[in-house]
Amino acid sequence: MDARRIDLRGWVLPIALLLVAEVAMRVNGTDSEALARPSEVARALWDALKDGTVLAASLQTLAAALGGLALGGGMGLLAGLWFGLSSRAERWSLLSVELLRPVPSVALIPIAMLVFGFGYRMEMSVVAFTCFWPMMLLTQAAIRQVEPRLFEVAHVLGLAAHDRVIKIVLPAAAPRVFVAFRLGVGIALVVAVTVEIAANPQGLGFGLMSAQQNLRPDLMFALLLWVGALGWALSAALVALERRCFHRVSAAGTQA
Amino acid sequence: MKTPRTLSAGAIGVTATLVASWAAVCALHWVSPVFLPSPGETWNALSTGFVHGDLPRLMLGTIERMVYGWALASCVGMALGALIGTSPALRAWLVPTLELMRPLPASAIVPVAIALVGLSPAMVLIVITFGAVWPVLLATVHGFASIEPRLHEVGRVLRLSRLAFIVKIGLPNALPDALAGMRLSLTIALILAIVGEMLASQDGLGTAILLAARSFRAADLFAGVALLGLIGLASNALLTLGERRVLRWKQDH
Repeated sequence: MDARRIDLRGWVLPIALLLVAEVAMRVNGTDSEALARPSEVARALWDALKDGTVLAASLQTLAAALGGLALGGGMGLLAGLWFGLSSRAERWSLLSVELLRPVPSVALIPIAMLVFGFGYRMEMSVVAFTCFWPMMLLTQAAIRQVEPRLFEVAHVLGLAAHDRVIKIVLPAAAPRVFVAFRLGVGIALVVAVTVEIAANPQGLGFGLMSAQQNLRPDLMFALLLWVGALGWALSAALVALERRCFHRVSAAGTQA
Repeated sequence: MKTPRTLSAGAIGVTATLVASWAAVCALHWVSPVFLPSPGETWNALSTGFVHGDLPRLMLGTIERMVYGWALASCVGMALGALIGTSPALRAWLVPTLELMRPLPASAIVPVAIALVGLSPAMVLIVITFGAVWPVLLATVHGFASIEPRLHEVGRVLRLSRLAFIVKIGLPNALPDALAGMRLSLTIALILAIVGEMLASQDGLGTAILLAARSFRAADLFAGVALLGLIGLASNALLTLGERRVLRWKQDH
């Protein structure tokens, strides 16, 4: 009951803002190069959805984001496994990791541009570099939080090294690794859009920039809305998937 | 905190090996020097850029932009967080709107900011503030939410006004969370400062490395990227140090 009331109050502000914007711009007859009436934005979004340009751009962005995530996240997963299992590897890699990790992802855009030119490879390489670090660190942390007794079990059972990883470590660390993956998807999408806005002429980010440059504020806001909705939907879907796959595990975890 | 922070000889060895193999790859011409300058060339570009060139000026420009945006985002985030954290009504009215805005990639705000204020330093500042405000805001709200309930009672007994409660009880309690959020914000601020520079052609390292890439000056490009990494490393280290300093009272008990 209470939650429902709070929900309603929360929706007042955005709706009121939209209404005020609509009415004010209609009354003033504003024909701005920077702003658009909410109704125009809605129509622009509908048109762009109908003629397929938004979907094509979304596919480009998603392909680059997920491809980069698969590459960088995959390598991060392997590195995280290695550093998580071997404390010597962790100690020895520490300095190199600490030196490379603070390099801001966008600083790699010019390097990627120089090496690959424009296109998917350039975008994917920047996304991969960015996704590598959180995936590596979170996997490492996930392995460190595996119940130590499980390692004893593996020891008692006399499992070989790769059996230990596949049968004990990975299943135990899987929920946390999935969380890392979910965060990685969000990061990958943001970085892909950023690369497109800063340099790469494809995808949603480029669509946003060219809408602004072509003085189409309605399309610009429509795309902004779409980018937000896309990110939100992806994260909601992954949260749902996580609940479904790891519900039992996390429930068991809270009991223990 | 659990990870060993001391440098072992092995760690230095691994890093030295990496640099040596970078040098070897260049010396053997496995990769075209157009793409990958040798460590020596990069070092030369760095040192000449610092002594004769304008690297210090560019670096200061980027740092200044980053710090201004970050400071603004921290103030806005803490103030808004304090208000939302102390007022359930405000929370109900504002939070859903903020939740709608939060998932937007900060860089996607760039075109909107350009449309509103043009390719200006203000545009960069707006974008940095928008992107960097969230970690501070969320952390501050969380910090206020986790205030010991008895402290609320103390505030009521002492008849503290809301402002007095925020200043005397709320903020000190939320500070550890807020500072952690500010550290994340600083990283975001650096990234957005670079993006903003690149797009608005403001004087800074972001513009410099983009120009270096366009004119195939790989050594200058790598020198700029290395400097940006250094800024990230140093600012994070400074903030960690500051955090420990400010929160020393907390570790005492």
